[in-house]
Amino acid sequence: MTDGNGNDHGMPRKVAIICSKGSLDMAYPGLILANAARMMGIDAMVFFTFWGLDIITEKKVDKLKAGMVGNPSAPLPHMLAGLPGMETFATSMMKKKIQGLDIPDIRELVETLDAAGTDLYACKMAMDMFGLERKDLIPEVKEVIGAMDFFQHAEGAQTFFI
Amino acid sequence: MAEKTYGGSTVSVDADGFMTDSGQWNKEVAEGMAAEVEITLTDRHWVVLDFVRQDAVDQGEPPGVRRITKLTDVSMKEIYQLFPKGPGILASKLAGYGKPQGCV
Repeated sequence: MTDGNGNDHGMPRKVAIICSKGSLDMAYPGLILANAARMMGIDAMVFFTFWGLDIITEKKVDKLKAGMVGNPSAPLPHMLAGLPGMETFATSMMKKKIQGLDIPDIRELVETLDAAGTDLYACKMAMDMFGLERKDLIPEVKEVIGAMDFFQHAEGAQTFFI
Repeated sequence: MAEKTYGGSTVSVDADGFMTDSGQWNKEVAEGMAAEVEITLTDRHWVVLDFVRQDAVDQGEPPGVRRITKLTDVSMKEIYQLFPKGPGILASKLAGYGKPQGCV
């Protein structure tokens, strides 16, 4: 398979990324990977499941929070992480850093993925569990599909589970 | 390190075909590289390439896709139509620079 350079690396020209988390810090990795793949001319699809649905839910996408509680990597003592206001504070610090580096916010990043031709799918089972309907999702979502459909679409792709 | 010839111009390239000296670039080289990835350069491609070359001089490094779409009138959708095999690398490559460093 050749990449946009015209070089043959023997890699599939397709990636399938499963986004299962909904915190601000865990929403970025999957989306950035998908965007990088597209920038290299690699086909990409993203499957949003469980908490990952928050990334594509209209009422949630602008309000993702930085995950500090129970996060062994969080740069503050565990006892403080759960105090009132800490999550909001940590989220705003993280957002400032992101903006300062001119990285797009989550909504804009998903819109970018869509404009770049990424197929965005919502997990049917997770939608049922959370009582969501198609109309609750952002317009960029292509389709609501099940896990077997995921495997069909992801055939031949490198898969990433975030 | 190797050399490639596009028309009447010979340029130094790295293992991935990116130019190692942007000073050797000219339009003929761009057209030759574009042909390799099945692109025929139009005015809209040149909006991107001209911006990349100017911005690379101003900023010291070639711009990523997001910066190109923010500072020109080429939209995200259009840049993928212009460079379907990967605008992230092709915009820089065809402008005679290496890969941009960023992830957006």
